Amino acid sequence: MSSARPEVLVEDQKDDGTFRVHRSAFLSDEIHAAEMQRVFERSWLFIGHESELAEKGEYRRRKIAGRSIIFVRSDDGEIRAFHNTCPHRGAIVCRQDKGVAKAFQCFYHAWTFNSRGQLKGIPGKDGYDGGTFDAAERSLKPVARFESYRGFHFVSFQEDIQPLYDYLAGAREYLDLIVDQSPSGQLRVADGSHQYSIRANWKLLAENSIDGYHGMPTHQTYFEYVAEAGGLGGKGGKKLHGRGHSLGNGHACVEYWAPWGRPVARWVPIMGEEAKPAIEAAKAEIVERQGAEKADRICEWNRNMLIYPNLVINDIMSTTIRTFWPVSKDYMEIDAWAIAPVEEGEGEALQTRLHNFLEFLGPGGFATPDDVEALESCQIGFEAGGEQWNDVSRGMKREALVDDELQMRAFWRQWVAQIEGYEIDDWGDAPLPDELVTPDAERTWAIT
Amino acid sequence: MTDTTMPQTTHDRLMLRLEVEEFLIEEAAILDEWRLDDWIALFTDDATYVVPSTDLAGGDPARDLTLIDDDRLRLEWRVKRLKSRHAHREYPWSRTRRLVTNVRVLRAEDDELDITASILVHRFRHGRQDHFVARYLMTLVRTEDGLRIRRRRAEIDQERLSPNGALSMIL
Repeated sequence: MSSARPEVLVEDQKDDGTFRVHRSAFLSDEIHAAEMQRVFERSWLFIGHESELAEKGEYRRRKIAGRSIIFVRSDDGEIRAFHNTCPHRGAIVCRQDKGVAKAFQCFYHAWTFNSRGQLKGIPGKDGYDGGTFDAAERSLKPVARFESYRGFHFVSFQEDIQPLYDYLAGAREYLDLIVDQSPSGQLRVADGSHQYSIRANWKLLAENSIDGYHGMPTHQTYFEYVAEAGGLGGKGGKKLHGRGHSLGNGHACVEYWAPWGRPVARWVPIMGEEAKPAIEAAKAEIVERQGAEKADRICEWNRNMLIYPNLVINDIMSTTIRTFWPVSKDYMEIDAWAIAPVEEGEGEALQTRLHNFLEFLGPGGFATPDDVEALESCQIGFEAGGEQWNDVSRGMKREALVDDELQMRAFWRQWVAQIEGYEIDDWGDAPLPDELVTPDAERTWAIT
Repeated sequence: MTDTTMPQTTHDRLMLRLEVEEFLIEEAAILDEWRLDDWIALFTDDATYVVPSTDLAGGDPARDLTLIDDDRLRLEWRVKRLKSRHAHREYPWSRTRRLVTNVRVLRAEDDELDITASILVHRFRHGRQDHFVARYLMTLVRTEDGLRIRRRRAEIDQERLSPNGALSMIL
């Protein structure tokens, strides 16, 4: 079923406290096509982390907004990104998802390119003599823009997009809080990734990834497991509490304290006594390096962040990178990785981190399958008709708490501006009168 | 040189394979019937259940990201969760049908057997069909109560879990 596009896609009345998203945003083929052009061609898109390309010639083949892209560390040590297509007649030149290569050779006519993308071999080159042919112009085409921030590499297909540094805006502070968990400022992506799909519109996962409101109802079984297994440790039964934030340019996050353990660096009984010294030492090192206040934020607090449009970095009981790509209006492909400070190596600490990851996250975890179910359920519900709007106004008239919906509104404000073709400079709600500013209250639902 | 890890006669090898096949077919029936308490009873106390990532079939859960890395505690919770009304992806339970075939015994020493088999699991729910193609690698151990599972690993052949989405039932 495809839905016609209405006059108003997002009804945003900041003063009234009204925020509604028209469900055609999830149901319309026309809007899906507009998104591919106006969102995915005009944003910075995460392609990979520097640690994935450890050696010269190492590459990953990635699908970025439907395009096959080669992400490679060239023989000069530089990381580059090329469109995966032979400049001769079009065949893909990289036909494996990962590997190490001195050169990429097109199997069709055997043109050969080095790891910097330069055309180095043409069978029967004399056939081009006398014409305008220039080998330098027939090299692999780099993506229009390719920049990185602290090891996280992004591409953009829009030549004149703002620099990545500016684009990331307030999200940089939250990336720093993750990278600074490493004494050397270096992270490493573990081998093996979660590659799965959801039969739902991609924006449902953007919302879900920063939605603190669904945690307890949807993931009750996970929290029961963690509590019973000794995965919670509190400061006197303290409950989950925190806030939602708009970070600019459609990026948003929730930052909150929760009683579960964190590899960096919050020990809880399930980790075992033997793991305690290493976790406490990691925290002590961060206190030493960053000061007590920032160390407390890094080690004790959790962050679920969306970098617009489709990168999620969750720094929770484990740290995950997740991208999700629309294939059609009601189907998306997801990739997720685990990332850790290089200093954790391959010992007990990494094992704890991976177990924390798997218990909650991924297609076989105790929580993610229920998110998949929830999102597919929404998609089916949209198609049921009757109601035309989603209500996303929660917390619009108070300083947003972790289970409010400011984060989603920030995403939608950027999205609708891109779809409708205008620019905005404020992604937050209306300023609040003093009497409506809420204290940093503990939430009414506890997870113990 | 004689392989001391396998029975010496064709008859004995066939009998061993039949014994393993009978066990795997029974396990498949238990899972298709969602008799999860009967299923967990098939495991030893030191059992593991691992499903590697689709892009790293040989993944080692000690250092690589896998889809599932259960010890006995997590396995029991997996079962408890699937029996609750709050495992939303499997409430109500999906219909499954498992075909277990190409069974081979790789090693038979003392009281342990290493075996492998091919599996195709069909899953039906909400008008949708999902298929999981994989191979089992198991270590079975002989006990007074019959064969029990010490190590159970299911390596998925699909390049991605698409369009399956989740691995919400037992593979």
